[in-house]
Amino acid sequence: MSSFNRALTSTLGKKLIMSLTGLFLCTFLIVHLIGNLQLFKDDAGKAFNDYAYFMTHFPPIKAVSYLLYASIIIHAIYALILTIYNKKARPVAYASYAGNKNSTWNSRNMGILGTVLLVFIATHMANFWWKFHNDQVPYIEYRTDLSTLETQATEISAGDFIDYQKFTQDGEEITKARDLYKQVSYAFQNPLLVAFYVLAMAALSFHLIHGFRSAFQTLGFDHKKYVPIIRFLAVWIFGIIIPIAFAAMPLYFFFCK
Amino acid sequence: MSEKTMNLTLKVWRQKNENTKGKFVTIQAKGISSDMSFLEMLDVVNEDLTRKGEDPIYFDHDCREGICGMCSLHINGQPHGPKQGTTTCQLHMRSFHDGQTIVIEPWRAAAFPVIKDLAVDRTAFDRIQQAGGYVSVNTGGVPDGNAIPIPKIKADEAFESATCIGCGACVAACKNASAMLFVSAKISQYALLPQGQAERYDRAQAMVEQMDKEGFGACTVTKACEAECPVGIKLTNIARMNRDYLNAKFFKEKTIHS
Repeated sequence: MSSFNRALTSTLGKKLIMSLTGLFLCTFLIVHLIGNLQLFKDDAGKAFNDYAYFMTHFPPIKAVSYLLYASIIIHAIYALILTIYNKKARPVAYASYAGNKNSTWNSRNMGILGTVLLVFIATHMANFWWKFHNDQVPYIEYRTDLSTLETQATEISAGDFIDYQKFTQDGEEITKARDLYKQVSYAFQNPLLVAFYVLAMAALSFHLIHGFRSAFQTLGFDHKKYVPIIRFLAVWIFGIIIPIAFAAMPLYFFFCK
Repeated sequence: MSEKTMNLTLKVWRQKNENTKGKFVTIQAKGISSDMSFLEMLDVVNEDLTRKGEDPIYFDHDCREGICGMCSLHINGQPHGPKQGTTTCQLHMRSFHDGQTIVIEPWRAAAFPVIKDLAVDRTAFDRIQQAGGYVSVNTGGVPDGNAIPIPKIKADEAFESATCIGCGACVAACKNASAMLFVSAKISQYALLPQGQAERYDRAQAMVEQMDKEGFGACTVTKACEAECPVGIKLTNIARMNRDYLNAKFFKEKTIHS
C-alpha cells in the first residue's frame, strides 16, 4: 500500500476525511441559507425562482454541487466505517456506563444525529431537488412593468413553458420559470413535514455544535487564541443562527402563507 | 469527617481467564470503614472469600499511592470511580453510602483482553511505547546546566504530558475504546523537547500505526478521556499528535514517510 493510502486508512486519516467533508458541508450551509432567505421576500417567489435557475445552470456552481453530493456520501460512508471500527474496539459493552458524567450527549451520539440528517437530506432532495429537475413543479410567468416596476405573476401550464426565459417586450420584462417557490409553499402545508424539518434542524444544531469544533481538533488545530473563536462560531453560527433560520422557513409557510 | 461503617452490595465481574465467558457475581461487603480506600475494601472482601475457601477477586494494584498506574476498575460506570482526577487506590469509601450497590467491571476494550476477573492485559500500551516512544541517542555524560535551552513553558508542557501513568482510563472511558490520549501524551513529551526533534515525525507515524494495529478505536472528541484521566492529561495533546502525524504524511519529504 502506498504511503498516501496508508495515511488515509489509518484512524487519523479516516477522521481527516470526516473533518474535511464535514467542514465543506458547513460552508455549503451558509451559502444555502443566504440563498434561501429569498423565500421570505414577498414577490410571489420571483427572486427565489431566478436564484433556483441560476444555482442549477451556472457551470461553476454545478461543478461544486457534484463535490457537495460526493461530500455527503463520503461523510456518511466514512461515518459508518468508523462506527463499525469503533464498535469492534469494544466487543463487550459495559453493564454500567455513566457517559453523561464525562461527556456531552451530542458528542456521544453523532451517529444518531447524522442518521436523522441523512434521512432529512433524502426527504429534502426528493421534495425539491428531484421535483425541480424532473419537471414536477408548477410553472409561472412574471410580467414586470419597467416604468412602474410592478410585477404580476400568473401560473402557466406546462404547454406554455419551454424553458426558463427572461426577455423584454412592450416595456415589460417577462420571466418564465419553474415555480419552485410554489412547490415549497405547497410542501410546507403538511404539518408532519414541517414537524420533521424542525426536528431535523434541532439535530443539525447538536450535530454541528460538536462537529464544527471537533473538525478543527482532528486537523490538529488548537491555537490558544483562535480555538475559542471556533467554539463561539460552532455554538452561535452553526448551533443557533443557521438551524433557527432554516427552521423558520417551513414554519413561515405553514403559519403565514 | 468522622469514620462510618457501611454495608455494600458489590456486583463484580468474575472471569476465569481470557478464553472463558465471564459473568457478574453479587458479593456482600460488610463492615466497611468509610476511611478505607476502594482497594482496601476489596482486600477485606477477599480475606472473607479466602476464609470461606472461595477464589478471591483478582485485581491489579501496586503502589497504592496514585502514581504507578497499575490499578484500574470501572466503578459504577466510570473508570477509577465517581471522583475525577484520582486513581482507584486513592478513591475512598466515603465517596459511597451505606447500602449502595456498586458495579465493578474491568476495562472493556478489544486491545485490553481480560486476564482474570478485573485485571486486563495492558501490554498493548507497552508495544505502542516500544514502537517509537523513546529517543535513540547515546546519553553520554551529564550535560551542563542550560547547555540545551528549553523555554520554561515548553518544559512545563512536556512535563505535564510525561505525567501520564499509562493506566488506561482514557481507553476505558472512551466510547470507542480509543487510546489517543495515551499515545498523544507519549508523543508530546518528546515532540515538545529538543532531544525529541530528530525522530519527531518517525515517532508519530510509528506509534499511531502501532495503536491502529492493536485495535484501539478512533477519536470522536467526546473529551471523556480528559475528564477521567487521573493525572489530567489534556486533549491538546491529541491535536498535537494529529498535527505531527498529518504533517509527516502529507507535508514532509519522502524519506520521512514510513
